[in-house]
Amino acid sequence: MSNTDGKKMSIIVTKGTLDWAYPPFILATTAASLGVQVTLFFTFYGLQLLKKDLGHLKISTLGNPGMEMPMGGMHMSMPNVVSMLPGVDSMASSMMKGLMKKKGVASLEDLREATQDLECRMIACQMTVDLFELKQDQLIDGLEYAGAATWVEVATDSEINLFI
Amino acid sequence: MSVELDAKGLNCPLPILKAKKAIKDLPAGDVLRVLSTDPGSVKDFEAFCRSTGNELLSSADDGGVYTFEIKKTAA
Repeated sequence: MSNTDGKKMSIIVTKGTLDWAYPPFILATTAASLGVQVTLFFTFYGLQLLKKDLGHLKISTLGNPGMEMPMGGMHMSMPNVVSMLPGVDSMASSMMKGLMKKKGVASLEDLREATQDLECRMIACQMTVDLFELKQDQLIDGLEYAGAATWVEVATDSEINLFI
Repeated sequence: MSVELDAKGLNCPLPILKAKKAIKDLPAGDVLRVLSTDPGSVKDFEAFCRSTGNELLSSADDGGVYTFEIKKTAA
């Protein structure tokens, strides 16, 4: 007997940074593995997570005092005046990717592939696709293109609705 | 019959994702034995089994290596 029979979850995905790309894909794949039907609705900067190549995703240390990276047994945070220098985001992003690999954290590419393998429904917001002049051939296959009404229909039938 | 899944060194949610994939291919009644080093997986495999309706036969901690035996009872 399963507790998740017929249960549904939707996630609105709005952020396009390397760190914030993780929660939606982690929750989607985990919920789907537990038997929940999952729908992801990607809008605004969340559309970045649908580009064929995810290598461009970065973290930003700017305005993020909670980000302390472990380093040689200590923790390092970045003052805003340093964060704004050219190259700092790229350096911090490479550090984060290195750390994730070392700690056995899944790559985003793998998590996104698992999301599709587990038959999560993935919807790209048509309005923001148009707004940012994205072409469908820049984005991965297997997406639906739709608007807010499609999400509302899913959400009214879901036990869990998240906005990330 | 029992099948072993080595998820040592992998972090959340990979042990669960791999277990889900492995258990899918098992016939009902068979046991999946998962090895993990993720301390979070102790609670997570309890939740996984409650949610999916499979039976958690045992959960053991052997010096930082966790072993879970899951009997496939759900379809």
